[in-house]
Amino acid sequence: MSNLTDLTISESLAKLRKKEISPVELATAYIEKMSENNKYNAYITQTTEQALEQAKASEKRYTDGTNRPLEGIALGIKDLFCTKNVRTTACSHIIDNFVPQYESTVTQNLLNDGALFLGKLNLDEFAMGGSNETSYFGPVVNPWSRETKLVAGGSSGGSAAAVAAKMCAAATGTDTGGSIRQPSAFCGVTGIKPTYGRCSRYGIIAFASSLDQAGPICKDVTDCALMLNSMAGYDAKDSTSSKVTVPDFTSFIGQDIKGLKVGIPEEYRSDGLNAEVSAYWDKAAEILKAQGAEIVHINLPHTKYALPTYYVIAPAEASSNLARYDGVRYGNRVSGNGLDELYINTRTEGFGKEVKRRILIGTYVLSAGYYDAYYLKAQKVRRLIKNDFDEAFKKCDVILTPTSPIEPFAIGDKKMLENPINMYLNDVFTVSVNLAGLPAMSLPIGLSKNGLPLGMQLIGKSFDEATIFKAGYQLERGANFVRM
Amino acid sequence: MAEYIIETEKGKWEVICGLEIHCQIISKSKIFSGASTEFGDDVNENVSFVDAGMPGMLPTLNMECVHQAVKTGLGLNAVINKYSEFSRKNYFYADLPQGYQITQFVHPIVGEGAIDIDLADGTTKTIRIERMHIEQDAGKSIHDIDPKKSFIDLNRAGVGLMEIVTKPDFRAPEEAGAFLRKLRSILRYLETCDGNMDEGSMRCDVNVSVRPYGSDELRTRCEMKNVNSVKFVMQAIESEAKRHVEVYENGGEICQETRQFDPTTLSTKVMRKKEFAHDYRYFPEPDLPPLILSDDFIAKIKNELVELPDAKKVRFVKDLGLTPYDAMVICENKEVAQFFEKAAAGRDGKKVANWLMGDFFAMLNKKNLDIKNSPVSAENLGKLVDLISKDVISGKIAKDVFEIMAETGENPEDIVEKKGLKQVTDTSAIEAIIDLVISQNPDNVASYKAGKVNLMGWFVGQVMKQSQGKANPAMVNKLLKDKLG
Repeated sequence: MSNLTDLTISESLAKLRKKEISPVELATAYIEKMSENNKYNAYITQTTEQALEQAKASEKRYTDGTNRPLEGIALGIKDLFCTKNVRTTACSHIIDNFVPQYESTVTQNLLNDGALFLGKLNLDEFAMGGSNETSYFGPVVNPWSRETKLVAGGSSGGSAAAVAAKMCAAATGTDTGGSIRQPSAFCGVTGIKPTYGRCSRYGIIAFASSLDQAGPICKDVTDCALMLNSMAGYDAKDSTSSKVTVPDFTSFIGQDIKGLKVGIPEEYRSDGLNAEVSAYWDKAAEILKAQGAEIVHINLPHTKYALPTYYVIAPAEASSNLARYDGVRYGNRVSGNGLDELYINTRTEGFGKEVKRRILIGTYVLSAGYYDAYYLKAQKVRRLIKNDFDEAFKKCDVILTPTSPIEPFAIGDKKMLENPINMYLNDVFTVSVNLAGLPAMSLPIGLSKNGLPLGMQLIGKSFDEATIFKAGYQLERGANFVRM
Repeated sequence: MAEYIIETEKGKWEVICGLEIHCQIISKSKIFSGASTEFGDDVNENVSFVDAGMPGMLPTLNMECVHQAVKTGLGLNAVINKYSEFSRKNYFYADLPQGYQITQFVHPIVGEGAIDIDLADGTTKTIRIERMHIEQDAGKSIHDIDPKKSFIDLNRAGVGLMEIVTKPDFRAPEEAGAFLRKLRSILRYLETCDGNMDEGSMRCDVNVSVRPYGSDELRTRCEMKNVNSVKFVMQAIESEAKRHVEVYENGGEICQETRQFDPTTLSTKVMRKKEFAHDYRYFPEPDLPPLILSDDFIAKIKNELVELPDAKKVRFVKDLGLTPYDAMVICENKEVAQFFEKAAAGRDGKKVANWLMGDFFAMLNKKNLDIKNSPVSAENLGKLVDLISKDVISGKIAKDVFEIMAETGENPEDIVEKKGLKQVTDTSAIEAIIDLVISQNPDNVASYKAGKVNLMGWFVGQVMKQSQGKANPAMVNKLLKDKLG
């Protein structure tokens, strides 16, 4: 039973139900992996004792037949989800001692379905970053690294690395501009950002409210369906959550894709796209075609405005969402002479460089005299980007693109750190999806010549994760990617 | 219209004033959380995770507050906007947990409206409403407990507010006072805000500017924040207008700024200059979708509306025979109007109004009682008026009966019965007394007959005294005239 952590959730559940393995054995195996792979810095808080207690309770449920859909499945939780009585930090110094007295809706849903939590996973500070290097707890190391330590991607770098290195069966992530999909691609795992409104944002520390959406990072497409089944659903505590019925996503796994129209956006091809990435993109299209899908060329003409639009709207909302971290009611406080000094000292010491940069950008674009030129204009362009997708989906059922234009890079890469624009450019394929509120999945397609995973992205219509699961499963079968 | 002109040696000036009134919404829970709105609970007792701005917490709109806002909008004869939006107003303060206030900016729930105010000279004036929006209140900072520390009470944080903004239609302090009283009256009728300025459930910001009399320019205005009584609002307008006139007449300029009115010195002082004004960085609240109201929702609230003071006033004048002034006084307060209607049912409204506004109000004042706790019930006040109308007691005796009612709360009929205060209307009984008075005062009878007719009053007095006030005065007059010839 040495390879328990190789099992996917669906495989584990089958064995658990047949009582071939027990939840305690399974959890113990993951806990061993956690200590073995501690070097990746994926977990910043471990709750293994609590997890074993939960595993024992799960064992009882399997015995008496009251087991729930994810009974005894050991998960890692991105440290952006508030977990009752378990420290929740957003990987920021400003709240690195914060213990919520409430549970986020998504994690509560998972608990209600029998999952257990091994701990809290590293991320870019307040989910702001694409390499996990802005975390107050240090960068996550990509488990695919050889001599050079590579980034795991971000912001859900801890989640992707933990799944890749088998330190949990699956993990929760959040995605504001690609934070589930890009680290999934970098770490050779599968992640889906569902349609905006599918998962409740209640209890998830907000970065940019109109873009943030929770989703799972898993070993494969089927596990993503299982996880999303539990995570999704309307929640009265989040006014932006949707009442659209949540189907059983696993029911789309294995369905054929004959006649499915797969769109390839012309605009994503330009700008000297990496040849390897480009070749895998063609390969992915071929795989789908071989399964009976039809490839159609589509246009997303406003794509070139997606990055600047995103980097106006997201910081604007963030600058306001992060105002509450003021040292007055919770978190770290650095006193000063009077209230203004308390704010200045607390926030100067509490926030990292990237967070400060985005607060400054956000404050600027919302300021009197600049609002119309930046924020308002960005909202108009956002509408145009959404319209692009609406038009494109008249011609196709799902859109296929690479997840990231590049493979994982070295931790501390000067080009990325010295000019944040270079870092922001990595989000070029993912941000427009958030701006349009659409669902999208990243799944591994193969390895680069450097032996590093590359990911493909499938973008669906609003609330049509079903088609993504159908196409994703067929692509996964065709790609035959070998997990770590 | 109340003409209010500031006249100096150098010229005549007119005052321009507009008001912004924050009204706390009456609702069981806060506008964006489930926490209680109870006033007077222990410090930080009614604070949810949302109110405290905890990480990951989201606002959810309390539809009870929306209901109250629509009701208020209808009471202000205003347009109800079926589409409205929430915005964030960003600023840092220790009693603002989220670092922003959720309010409405570009698209308020209520648009333009108007209410009529009654002025002392008997005229009315229409004051136009610019808009009304809903938002959350901040908490309270307490600075006087410790020399170095401030304390924060978040019980009020997140309580629903309605902000009513008027057009700059006020030309005199009196008009602003009349408006606030009228607004308070409407809000209390609607039960959407209790309107207690001293408790802070209704707070007023006053904008004032002046211009040379007869001109139509608009000069720089100053805003006075949180003026907390009707009287202070009127005083603030007066003192600020005079300050403007003085500055202009001395060749100075008024700067746009926020000022504070000090009721002890009756003057204003600067709080914040324009260059230090906050940049609130308003933007649409991404945590709340736009608020869309259906015609049904609005129609249903319209159907629930109670009769408001203006309509009631018209009805009291038309159906119950009150003078417009009496009707206005009685209708200002819903409880008074209800009390009056009960007392006046099936009776002469004018007579009941006279009693209500005379002896009855005087009694409440003297006893420092609210009408709800009056010892004299509406029914009993009505019965007292009946006793007078039916000549059972005289007006004078009625005053004595009322005093007993005020002490004991008894039914006036029982008092009259018990104390034997019924008026004597039996001709023979009155004649007997008259005969006695005549026989005892032959000198005065002789004088009267010799032409000193004004002695009649003295005779009446004697007869009334002999009857212990119970003789019917009209009958006494008539019978005396007959006897004395």
